Amino acid sequence: MNRLPFARRRLFAAAFGLPTAILVFPAFAQSQWDVLREVLFANRPVLDGAGVIELDAPSRAHDAALVEVAVRALVPQTPERYVRAIHLLIDRNPAPRAAVFKLSPATGSASITTRIRVNEYTPVRAVAETNDGALFMVERFVKASGGCSAPASKDKEAAYARLGRMKLLEPDRFVAGEPNELRLLISHPQYSGMQIDQLTRNWIPADHLETVRILWNGEPLVEIEADISLSEDPLIGFHLKPEGPGELRVEAADIKGRNFVQSWQLGAGS
Amino acid sequence: MLGMVADRRGLLTGSLALLVAGRPWAGRAAPLPLVEVEPGLLVHVGAHEDFTPGNRGGIANLAVLIGEEAVAVIDAGGSPAQGRDLLAAIRTRTDRPLRHLILTHHHPDHVMGASVFRETGARIWGHVRLEAALRDRFSTYRAAMERLVGPSIDGADPVPIDEVVSIGAARHIDLGDRVLELSAWPTAHTDCDLTVMDGLTGTLIAGDLVFMERIPVIDGSLLGWLRVMEDLARIPARRVVPGHGPASAAWPDALVPQRRYLESLAVALRRSIARGRSLSALLADPPPAGDWLLSSDNHPRNITAAYKELEWE
Repeated sequence: MNRLPFARRRLFAAAFGLPTAILVFPAFAQSQWDVLREVLFANRPVLDGAGVIELDAPSRAHDAALVEVAVRALVPQTPERYVRAIHLLIDRNPAPRAAVFKLSPATGSASITTRIRVNEYTPVRAVAETNDGALFMVERFVKASGGCSAPASKDKEAAYARLGRMKLLEPDRFVAGEPNELRLLISHPQYSGMQIDQLTRNWIPADHLETVRILWNGEPLVEIEADISLSEDPLIGFHLKPEGPGELRVEAADIKGRNFVQSWQLGAGS
Repeated sequence: MLGMVADRRGLLTGSLALLVAGRPWAGRAAPLPLVEVEPGLLVHVGAHEDFTPGNRGGIANLAVLIGEEAVAVIDAGGSPAQGRDLLAAIRTRTDRPLRHLILTHHHPDHVMGASVFRETGARIWGHVRLEAALRDRFSTYRAAMERLVGPSIDGADPVPIDEVVSIGAARHIDLGDRVLELSAWPTAHTDCDLTVMDGLTGTLIAGDLVFMERIPVIDGSLLGWLRVMEDLARIPARRVVPGHGPASAAWPDALVPQRRYLESLAVALRRSIARGRSLSALLADPPPAGDWLLSSDNHPRNITAAYKELEWE
C-alpha cells in the first residue's frame, strides 16, 4: 500500500491548521499544495493536466458533505499508455488526500466519479499518473464549508444497519469492446472523527472505508484507497471495457477491519 | 439544517426588516406584530427572507394561544431579541401566565428565542427526538446565526426539553377553556417535527410540516414527508397555521402546492436515477422548482438530499 503511515498523515494534517507550518517549510510561505506535492509526489514534476484530464466540480456546493466530482479522461486507456492512478486531493481538508483510484487498462476509460466532503473553501485537484510515471494535474476551486464535521445525517443505529450494503448502477446497455460506465454505492457512515454523537456527546470515532478493490473476472480493475473526505455512503463511478460477459466483484474493507464483498454477473443477457 | 443557515446572503429587505432597523431604541423590546386568526389565537408572520441582521432570524411564523387560565407559545423565534419582542406583544394582550413553550422542531428560526421563555418559567415541550437534535446542532446554529444576524442572537442558550411527545402518543395541554393536542411525527421535514391542534377553533398549527409561498426544505426525508402529509391531510381541522406562509389558510387545501412540489421532485429524481443521470448532471440542469420564493439555494439542496435518499430505493 502506498498509504502514508497513519501517524505521519495525522501530523501532516495537523500542520495545516497551524502557523508553525510556515516555520516547518521555510521556503517563503509555502502553499498547502506545495506541502501536499512534496509529501505525496516527492520531487517528481507535476505537469499541467489540460488535455489529459478534466475535473468537474461545482464552484459552490449546496451541501458541503456531499459534493459530487468527476474526473474525465481525455485520452483513451490502452494497454500501451494508460492512466494508472488518479489522486483526488482537497488542499484544505483535514485529510487532504480524499482518495487514490488505481486503474487498469481494462477500464477502457480513466474517467471516475465520486462524492467528497469539503471542509472549507479550497482548491480540489485531480492528479493523473500515467503508466510511465508522469503526473498531470488539474484543479477547481470549490466554495463550501463544514463538510467534514457536519452531523451525520442518519442516526447511528440506522447507519450501521445498512453498513456494507452495495448497489451497482449499470448502464442500460452493456456493450462489449466499449468503455461502460458503472456506478457503485457502498453504504458506510464514513465517520470522520470530527462528528459528535447526539446522545453521548462524545466524538464519534473515525470509521471509514480504507480500500475498495473492484475485480473483473478475477483481475484487478480499479483499486481505491479511501479516507474520511469521501462522503457518507461513498459513490464510486468507474469504467469497464469488457471483451464479453463476466463477473464483477467488489471487496471493500474499512479501518475497523470489516470486509464487505459482493459480485454481479454482467453482460450475460446482451 | 446547517445548510439552511450557512452561506446565505440576504438579498431581500422586507417591511419587517425596515421596521426593525429603523427602531430608535434597539435593545428594548418592541411588541412584535401579531395577527388574530381566531379569538385567542395570534400569529406572527415571518418574513420570506434569508437570515439578516434586520430580520433578527424572524423568518418563521410564531403562534400564541391564550386560554382562560394560561398562555402557550408555539415556537420561540429566531433570536432572543425576537423572542423578547414576542413576549412584549403577548403582554400587551394578556396578563395570564405564560406556562408553555412548544417547539415544533430544531431549526434556528424556531428555537433561538427559547431562553427568553425559559426565563418566564414556561415549560418547554418538544418531540422526543428534539433534545438530541438540538444538542447535536445548537452550537453550529448559534455560530452561524452570530455571523448572519449579529448581536440579536446574544443570550441564545440551549434549553432543556421538559415535556416530550412520542410518535403515536399525543399529549395534551389544558389552557382552561382550550385543550391543545400535541402530536409527534416520523421523520419528514426534520426528524423531530411536532404539530399542535387547537380543538377550540379547529386550527392545526403545523410548524414546518407545512410550507406555503416559501420553498419547503427537506432536512429529514422526502418519502417520509410525503407519507406524513397523507396522515396530516386527514386531520379534521378547518384551517392551518403553516410554519412559513400566511397567518392561516384553509385546510387541507393549504397542502396542495407543497405536495405537488415534493411529489414532482420524487418523480423527476426517480426518473433521472433510473436513467443513470448523475447528481451533478441533475444539479446542472435541474427540474423546475415552480414559483416558490427563495428557491435558488434551497431547490438544489432539496435535490441533493432527495437524490441521496432515492438512489438507495
